[in-house]
Amino acid sequence: MSQTTTHRAETRTGAVVDFAGVAKRYGTHLALTEFDLTLQAGELVALLGPSGSGKTTALRVLAGLESCDDGRIRIDGDDVAALPTSRRDMGMVFQSYSLFPHLSAGENVEFGLRMRRVPAVERRERAAAALALVGLDAHYGRYAHELSGGQQQRVALARALVTQPRVLLLDEPLSALDAKVRVQLRDQIRRIQTDLGITTLFVTHDQDEALAVADRVAVMRDGRIEQVGTPEELYTRPATAFIADFVGLSNRLPGVVRHGFAEVHGVVLPLLDPSHADGAVRVFVRQEDLTLAPAGANESGMALAGTVLISSFLGSLRRTSVQLAQGGTVVVQHDVRDRPQVGDAVLVRFSGAPVPVQAAS
Amino acid sequence: MSGDTRVAHAPSRLTRGLILGVVGLVFAVPILAMVEFTLRRGLVGGYDLHRWTELFQGGLTGEYKPVLVALGNSVGLAIGTVAIILLLLVPTMLLVHIRFPRLRRTLEIICILPISIPAIVLVVGLAPVFSVVARLMGSGVWTLAFAYGITVLPFAYRAIQANLDGVDVRTLSEAARTLGAGWGSVLLRVLVPNLRRGILAGAFIAVAVVLGEFTIASLLNRVNLQTALVVVSKNDPYTAVILSLIALLVAFGLLMAIGRLGAPRRTPRRRALTAPSTPAPTPTGDRP
Repeated sequence: MSQTTTHRAETRTGAVVDFAGVAKRYGTHLALTEFDLTLQAGELVALLGPSGSGKTTALRVLAGLESCDDGRIRIDGDDVAALPTSRRDMGMVFQSYSLFPHLSAGENVEFGLRMRRVPAVERRERAAAALALVGLDAHYGRYAHELSGGQQQRVALARALVTQPRVLLLDEPLSALDAKVRVQLRDQIRRIQTDLGITTLFVTHDQDEALAVADRVAVMRDGRIEQVGTPEELYTRPATAFIADFVGLSNRLPGVVRHGFAEVHGVVLPLLDPSHADGAVRVFVRQEDLTLAPAGANESGMALAGTVLISSFLGSLRRTSVQLAQGGTVVVQHDVRDRPQVGDAVLVRFSGAPVPVQAAS
Repeated sequence: MSGDTRVAHAPSRLTRGLILGVVGLVFAVPILAMVEFTLRRGLVGGYDLHRWTELFQGGLTGEYKPVLVALGNSVGLAIGTVAIILLLLVPTMLLVHIRFPRLRRTLEIICILPISIPAIVLVVGLAPVFSVVARLMGSGVWTLAFAYGITVLPFAYRAIQANLDGVDVRTLSEAARTLGAGWGSVLLRVLVPNLRRGILAGAFIAVAVVLGEFTIASLLNRVNLQTALVVVSKNDPYTAVILSLIALLVAFGLLMAIGRLGAPRRTPRRRALTAPSTPAPTPTGDRP
């Protein structure tokens, strides 16, 4: 463990990565356009978006695995456009298992050091320390096929970190793993990243993952960044309807904006953006901003009547779909101890949290 | 679960044994007949080993010297053909796989094509080409390696491709590059070790095909092992058959070696990662 500590101390921390107006085209398809993003030293930024939104392209352009057609990428102020991948000094963990099958875990970790002509003794020491960092020091001699998926990705992480790269790139490293391992490794990545203070770009399509580990999240759509912000900002103050819909679980309800308030079936809700123009809109209401009450309870102006369609037990919470009397359905997330039965008449109460809206097309 | 399903669909032991037996007979009968032929004592009747002992006591000198020279030619051609596979086919396949995946079908068709063209037809096309080759590089036997490089393409391609399909070459090479490896290191330290079986299998099949090749060499008036055996057989059919048997033995040895290489070495899970190098088509050398 003492080795681990020494090497941690040696690690260069915090390169500043700056994308300025980066664009990438595949034929006529614009995979990335006007992409501007700055990663501060030691920061973990998650690129979140649906598939095809350009998040992996952005990461691959930074790694040099794809060329960029326009714009500039600078690391600590140096333009890296002319540098081939092998000289960009980055560590990368891939979505698919990428350990070299003909080498043991230790030899895999040593690979980057071998490329840098580090003497054998030091190489072995540093590889062992890196494996200890991910908790796999006992697996030095194992081959990829002798490791579980989670262990393989941890070795890949050690391999990416052992050269003390300027930037760590994580391309959906958890998506091939099962749910439990995914959460464990996610937390481990975050812990190691914080300890080392290494600037990290984390690509994922899983919003839970992005919100849980990132200092800031950049939500992407059609090759552009829609919004960059802390997880809390994105969740509570989505800049666009796309983000309101994509981050978190929201109900989409038809409504009308009048004088800075949204009205849904007679329920008046404050707007996130009070300056929104009047007119017909779609209103996004988070599942957790709704509560259920038995029918006949004190009906205020903030509730709608409905009938339970289905109620699913999800372990720590319960999700219930309600058919509204006015038409349409809403999903309510609530305590597991409330057990509405199918067909029950209920009231859906709105918490009154400010809502984002999108002009109805 | 999956094991049960597989057993249910697999042919029974008896059926498998029967199929194997019939196929084995098809191969064994001509070979046994050849062995029987070499053991005959001519008009006297009965069997002995005198033709074998005479041949080996003579040390393959004198009248059989040309066979040795021809064997040397064939071995040289085999080496040349393998060099073409290693230096041309393997890098091309890797380049197409990693950088130009859209060309994969085209490459496959080009590589498989020679198997559908009879050697005799190939020679008709090659004859004028070789007259140019002869003018530029002389008419040495080694120039045949160019033609053999084409005839072994389907076998070598299939062997290497089977291995290539089982290895995530793209991700491995990208991982190596992000770790600081240049293209040379990627090729030699990452790709070749993981494609070792496919490449070796392709090379051995190429050797087996070249050692058994007759038509092209004969029609282009070059001397290789098979054409020399035909010449010998004109004078002494017994010796020709003995030499053919030895050549067959060498080819079998090579194919067995390929089988070994294709078998998983460590645990069954390794197969999923590094893929067996077979199935490759068995070469059908056109022996006389």
